[in-house]
Amino acid sequence: MIEKALHGSSKYWAWLAFLGVLIALGGACYLYQLKHGLGITGMSRDVSWGVYIAQFTYLVGVAAGAVMLVIPELLHRYHTYEKVVVFGEFLAIAAVTMCLLFIVVDIGQPARLFNVLLHPTPNSILFWDMIVLNGYLLINIIVGYNTLLSNYKRVPVPKWVKFFAYVSIPWAFSIHTVTAFLYCGLPGRHSWLTAIMAPRFLASAFAAGPALLIILLLIVRKVSKFDPGDRALQSIAKTVCYAMIANLFFVALELFTAFYSNIPGHMHGLKYLFWGLKEHGHLYDQLVPWMRSAMLLGLVGIGILLIPPLRRQTKFLVIACAAIVYSTWADKGVGLVIGGFVPNPFEEVMEYHPTFPEISIAIGIWAVGAFILTVLYKVAIAVREQELS
Amino acid sequence: MGIDRRKFLKIAGVSSLVTLGGGASLLALNSPAGASHGEVEHHAEGEEVKAPEKGVKRWGMVIDMRKCSEHKDCTKCIDACHYVHNVPHFENRKEEVKWIWKEEYEKAFTDIGTLHKYNPKEIVEEKFLCLCNHCDHPPCVRVCPTKATFRRPDGIVAMDYHRCIGCRFCMAACPYGSRSFNWKDPRLGLRGRKLNPEFPTRMRGVVEKCNFCVERLAQGLKPACVEACPDGVLVFGDLNDPDSEIRKVLAENYTVRRKPELGTAPSVFYII
Amino acid sequence: MYDAGKIIIGLLIFAGFMTFPLWYNGGKAAPIPEPKVLTKGKCVEDTAYMRAAHMQLLNEWRDQALRDGNREYVNHRGEKVWISLQNTCMKCHSNKDEFCDRCHTYAEVKPYCWDCHYTPKESKKWASTEGNS
Ligand code: HEC
Ligand code: HEC
Ligand code: HEC
Repeated sequence: MIEKALHGSSKYWAWLAFLGVLIALGGACYLYQLKHGLGITGMSRDVSWGVYIAQFTYLVGVAAGAVMLVIPELLHRYHTYEKVVVFGEFLAIAAVTMCLLFIVVDIGQPARLFNVLLHPTPNSILFWDMIVLNGYLLINIIVGYNTLLSNYKRVPVPKWVKFFAYVSIPWAFSIHTVTAFLYCGLPGRHSWLTAIMAPRFLASAFAAGPALLIILLLIVRKVSKFDPGDRALQSIAKTVCYAMIANLFFVALELFTAFYSNIPGHMHGLKYLFWGLKEHGHLYDQLVPWMRSAMLLGLVGIGILLIPPLRRQTKFLVIACAAIVYSTWADKGVGLVIGGFVPNPFEEVMEYHPTFPEISIAIGIWAVGAFILTVLYKVAIAVREQELS
Repeated sequence: MGIDRRKFLKIAGVSSLVTLGGGASLLALNSPAGASHGEVEHHAEGEEVKAPEKGVKRWGMVIDMRKCSEHKDCTKCIDACHYVHNVPHFENRKEEVKWIWKEEYEKAFTDIGTLHKYNPKEIVEEKFLCLCNHCDHPPCVRVCPTKATFRRPDGIVAMDYHRCIGCRFCMAACPYGSRSFNWKDPRLGLRGRKLNPEFPTRMRGVVEKCNFCVERLAQGLKPACVEACPDGVLVFGDLNDPDSEIRKVLAENYTVRRKPELGTAPSVFYII
Repeated sequence: MYDAGKIIIGLLIFAGFMTFPLWYNGGKAAPIPEPKVLTKGKCVEDTAYMRAAHMQLLNEWRDQALRDGNREYVNHRGEKVWISLQNTCMKCHSNKDEFCDRCHTYAEVKPYCWDCHYTPKESKKWASTEGNS
């Protein structure tokens, strides 16, 4: 079945080659980083995590989003999703792989990564994150691959595969909850010290993952004979809408708690993100455009999805999903991590400017994810097309 | 030698055990790393107050800012520390590495400092010495995924540079900004400097911080900064010993600590 | 499932890459050249023991000194030795290039210790102001 990935149009190969170039560029920059250290990035003593960990956090969400298809299919026997669930699982595989790569490139001594296993430390959330992420990757490989294989052979999906599919449901929640715990359990970082971090993460994940999936399925529909079906797409879109409403609601809760209580520590991070912070007469506001546009586009996305006549038009559906993907990405992949470090523990503002090699490495990893996704989707499409014939 | 089959098997074994035993070890989450059990009394700060075991030391430090502020430009303690531990110096603030340094009042004491502007001018303009607080409940230790940073029984929060993977979780967790990362080869920041051949440098990709001079304490010496200060600003000693000098100083003066509301229970005290 | 083979090979290659740092240094049992010994007297442990097991000893030292907070090592002869790579081993074996390095070059091991630990002689190489600082 896997060999289906080896037969493709010239467009398919050109796309893979293009990704290959991006991966090579990222790889070269990573070698440069290995040689000179993380000093080649924009990270600093004050903002000690940057693009890498931010992308990691966002992608954990994308990975967890797949469960929004698994739950209706498995628990509610909503068979409209039967043929598309595997695309969600493959998206999860690509996303988790990117997560792991982002961790590896962020680490100062990657050769010692195995210390995490040699000296297992249950009180560290990072330790648990490693376990749940690797577990989720494995589960999705098992379920995705075997489901597709059964479809390919035209036999029913084996029971044991179903078992893992059930396991994947709580597991998806766990990956993003544990990832939220990385942040919300730290005493000195006011912007992160909030009990709704985990629910907010999950809400944004259940918007981001399915929204990306809708876009991907529309591309699949365009480039192949397989049609995921309007009913499935519209159902996913409703999920995206509800999740995004919850996400923005949580943001509003954060704003209310901080500003009504008027506790400076709680306000500073949000002020920096949405209005900018003034220090020594200088206004530091580089994230303001990102955050404001994120909120605005999030609302636009919700608006479109809430109006059925608009939602049913592919054009508007794409706009809404793209807006929501951008919104959640800017919120989590830009604002959350950096906003947690500004101001620093001395209430000083030190801004963070990612560098060219750093961004290239990040793009390289996204390209790895796209590469894996393309190959997996190619196989899935081939199986689905074969079913049609 | 060197065929790593055994090592590999060990790793494979450990990792499968880890996965299996995951649930069980969740229980271990309940006991905060480094915290001792026993009778716990409720305090505003959430700190456990109990009699120390006999013979167990608890190192602490008092910084007398009344004396320190008389010598505004003095950096003797900083120089001594950074020499003894070969702490690199980089001009670019982004790459800065420091173990002990001076910080304005309202930056060091964000909790009580920023809130009112009628404090005596001398205090507001004073530069406060900052270093690792060697907390009783160190968040950095709690988050470290490899036990590369750990709390010793004598209260020192130590670093095992051999084990640090450079994930910088501890830097995110430290509420005092006491930790530095080696963004590049620290030896580049030691060029032309007088080195202390008795102490190693670090390498790029690991986190570092003040170690309360464990290597000197082991030899019966006082920390380098304490020894270097000619004005008796720094008092170092055993907090568990009621007859120690530090306990006397603490009993006779009103002292404060940085960000006590976070429950980390620092062992560095300030006389303002 | 005739793809299983391919997948397993793929996974093995992946595992190989992931564990690269582990086996990269290993895999060689080398005959030993004559290291140049400056100091008269005795090493921390017997020469044969040192030759065979100095790496384990150093690991033990490291953990005992840093993690157990006990910097005194009692050797097999019952003598107390102060644990320190730079201040004990390298005080006697100050000719690192003719002692440790000579063997290691031969055995193709590259202990990473020297990224941090150093001898005064060696430090001249990187601590001088010459070159771009
Ligand atoms: C008191 C000085 C002294 C100290 C301290 C010392 N050594 Fe030695 N070492 C010697 C001498 C002398 C010999 C050679 C003995 C001989 O030739 O029989 C030796 C031999 C060795 C050998 C074996 C060389 C061979 O010919 O195979 C090794 C390896 C070694 N030392 C490593 C170390 C290490 C590692 C340390 C620190 C843990 C250390 N030594 C500390 C003096 C010392
Ligand atoms: C007699 C030859 C010899 C001498 C002298 C010697 N070594 Fe070694 N050393 C070896 C060999 C051979 C190995 C590789 C052992 C292995 O692969 O298990 C080794 C390995 C090591 C390792 C472990 C490296 C790794 O990557 O696992 C360390 C650390 C080490 N030596 C330190 C020293 C120090 C420090 C000295 C000088 C004081 C020294 N050695 C002198 C032969 C020597
Ligand atoms: C990342 C930097 C770094 C590397 C790499 C490193 N060390 Fe260390 N090592 C230190 C520091 C810092 C100390 C602490 C010194 C102290 O507290 O006295 C130390 C302490 C030690 C000690 C105990 C105390 C002392 O003074 O020596 C031993 C033994 C030791 N290291 C052995 C090794 C060996 C063997 C290697 C290589 C296999 C190694 N180290 C690699 C930084 C490093």
